[in-house]
Amino acid sequence: MSEETVSVDNKSIFSIFNIITGIIVFVGVILTILRFTKGLGAVTNLSDTQPWGLWIGFDLMCGVALAAGGYTTSAACYIFGMKKYHSAVRPAILTAFLGYSIVLLSLLYDVGRPDRLMMAYPFIIQQGTTSLLFEVGLCVLLYLTVLLLEFTPIPLEWLGLKKARDIAVKVTMVLTIFGVVLSTLHQSSLGALFLIAPSKLHPLWYSPFIAVFFFVSSIIAGLSMVIFEGTLSHRAFHHKMDETYLAEHNPLVLGYAKAASLVLFGYFVIKLMGVAAGNHWYLLSTPYGIWFLVEVLGFVALPCFLFAIGARDKNLNLIKFTAVWSVIGIVLNRLNVCMIAFNWHLPLNERYIPNWMEVALSIFMVTVLILIFRFVATRMPVFYEHPDYKEH
Amino acid sequence: MSISRRKFLGWMGAAGVGTTLGKKAGAASGKHFTGHPGSLGVLHDMTRCVGCRSCEEACNQVNELPKPEKPFKDTSVLDKKRRADTKAYTVVNRYETSRGTVFRKIQCNHCLEPACASVCFVTAFSKQPAGPVVYDPSVCVGCRYCLMACPFEIPSYQYDDPFTPEVVKCTMCAPRIEKGQLPGCVEACPKEALTFGKRDDLVRIARKRINKYPDRYVDHIYGEKEMGGTSWMYLSGVPFTEIGMREDLGNTPAPALTSGALHVVPMVVALWPVFLTGMYGMTKRREKIAALEKTEAVQAAIEKTDAEGEDKLSAAMEKANTEKKKALEKAEQEKEKAVREALEKAEQEKEKAVREALEKAEQEKEKADDDKTADDKPEEES
Repeated sequence: MSEETVSVDNKSIFSIFNIITGIIVFVGVILTILRFTKGLGAVTNLSDTQPWGLWIGFDLMCGVALAAGGYTTSAACYIFGMKKYHSAVRPAILTAFLGYSIVLLSLLYDVGRPDRLMMAYPFIIQQGTTSLLFEVGLCVLLYLTVLLLEFTPIPLEWLGLKKARDIAVKVTMVLTIFGVVLSTLHQSSLGALFLIAPSKLHPLWYSPFIAVFFFVSSIIAGLSMVIFEGTLSHRAFHHKMDETYLAEHNPLVLGYAKAASLVLFGYFVIKLMGVAAGNHWYLLSTPYGIWFLVEVLGFVALPCFLFAIGARDKNLNLIKFTAVWSVIGIVLNRLNVCMIAFNWHLPLNERYIPNWMEVALSIFMVTVLILIFRFVATRMPVFYEHPDYKEH
Repeated sequence: MSISRRKFLGWMGAAGVGTTLGKKAGAASGKHFTGHPGSLGVLHDMTRCVGCRSCEEACNQVNELPKPEKPFKDTSVLDKKRRADTKAYTVVNRYETSRGTVFRKIQCNHCLEPACASVCFVTAFSKQPAGPVVYDPSVCVGCRYCLMACPFEIPSYQYDDPFTPEVVKCTMCAPRIEKGQLPGCVEACPKEALTFGKRDDLVRIARKRINKYPDRYVDHIYGEKEMGGTSWMYLSGVPFTEIGMREDLGNTPAPALTSGALHVVPMVVALWPVFLTGMYGMTKRREKIAALEKTEAVQAAIEKTDAEGEDKLSAAMEKANTEKKKALEKAEQEKEKAVREALEKAEQEKEKAVREALEKAEQEKEKADDDKTADDKPEEES
């Protein structure tokens, strides 16, 4: 009798989760129908002065940056030979693959002619090679393919297709190098997209180095996301994790904290160099300058320091907190570049503020991502090694 | 040969290496592009403009745009700052300035090296040699990067069209120009505030006007050099910033802003794999060396253990041998002793047995003698 009540209790907890996700998905579906029947104007506050809004600033820019855990982790494990991180590769690849898929899905909502984006027709025939967006598009498309190939061993093991799985595993090395090259290119090019608009982006954020800023900060985002995602997964999928994963997890968190601290330090220095190169010190005392300092001191220097302390004291809770903090920092940076410091010269009443439907659809995208992740992680060998393929 | 070369280029294109060749990035060549020879343009002399909106009306008619809410005769619309949008390719704004009221006509400036064309990833925009920057809606994906990129904030998007939204902007009446006609707005202007002609001539005319009436004009032809030069150019009696025209855009053509980043791409594509493979190789090598050192160490340890083992074994053997010898000696002694004892015992027993046997025989003999005497006696009595 008592066992039964416990299981009923568990169910009711899950059904709260289910009710919330249900509502989000329901609203998302309604808004999707609205978007594709009434047009962008019906669900967004986009305008001619702000053609890129929340879906680009958050879904695309942050989505891509936060999915950087895929290439950083696989590079650390396979290229730099840190084999103790092997158990983290699969969750990271899965997150990255789903992240990029959601990015692509968001893009289908955002562009005016999603049919043409899906067919990739004018894109292949009419190559706009002087456009950084062409490069971003090509790299994202290729990288999504690479991630798909890197991800395939997981479902193949689940389905028991041994031969296909072995082939997929054999090309890991090549795929990893491909993945790093493509990631370097499109992560940096997302920043380089803004190079064309020096007159619209605030000089503290606009920099000839913006491509480097975006690439380096994507590494921070990747490392922090792996820590953050690991924390979340521990809560939800602890029972799914094998001994190797559990044993390797804490050393991994410490190692990643050290790496993140180091990269944040480098990022902090180049951000200052960006200000110095344009000699924009005088702007730091303006309201935008103070906002810039909030970002650079509060969300770059501070997490750099906290990661270092966390790694030194082996304080896992501090590291996990800092990971969340630095993820927020990256999101803040992308929103600053894309929305907050963009069109800074315009009066406030001409500025863009996303409406609730854009926010709701962004939440919908994140929810869809979590649901798919949950589906895969509860069924397929993500957090544990498949018993038939121990030797990897 | 030519086929294989074409094929090769095709593959390069398919592999996206085309990105790196950048046939349209004029700025990448380091050559300063000053526009197609003989290309056309318009000079807008704002000192002549009276804000009558005739140009707007003409534009609306020749481009068959939807009718506006307020008629074109109504100048109350000038009270609000407007921009070109999907319903109007051109608008006139009014500015109160240090030298009185000034009207400015806004439309696409038809840059010599347009930002919109440089950022379009499907080349929907192109600069025609005749001057107009035109848009091909049949390939547009609707990413709106052109709107992001345009420094003059001209392109507008049909956000309310759910299925076939397009970018909208002034075409410089390219179809009319082809037919030898003037752009609609130029034809309609009653004050000759708009002059249509070859861009080079327009620059000369503008310069002449400035020289002739230095008090009337600011000594600057806006658009001659801004963003690498535009086909539409402006003359003003007041500083351009006072009438909402940005003077901080610089003279760098838009493609030059991104050419640096584009140049890095082939370097990354070429060198990153080299670096990463090198890193991988070094890691592998280090692992191999570590493994080798490990086997060597193990080998040495085994040899050491073997040697130690042998020593121990021989010592043990020796010890065992001496012990064996000792044991054998002891056993010999014990054997001898036992044999001796046994012999002695046997001797004694033999003697004893012999003695006993003799004794017994003696006794039996005596008994037999007694019996014999007894037998003799009864025979005598009977």
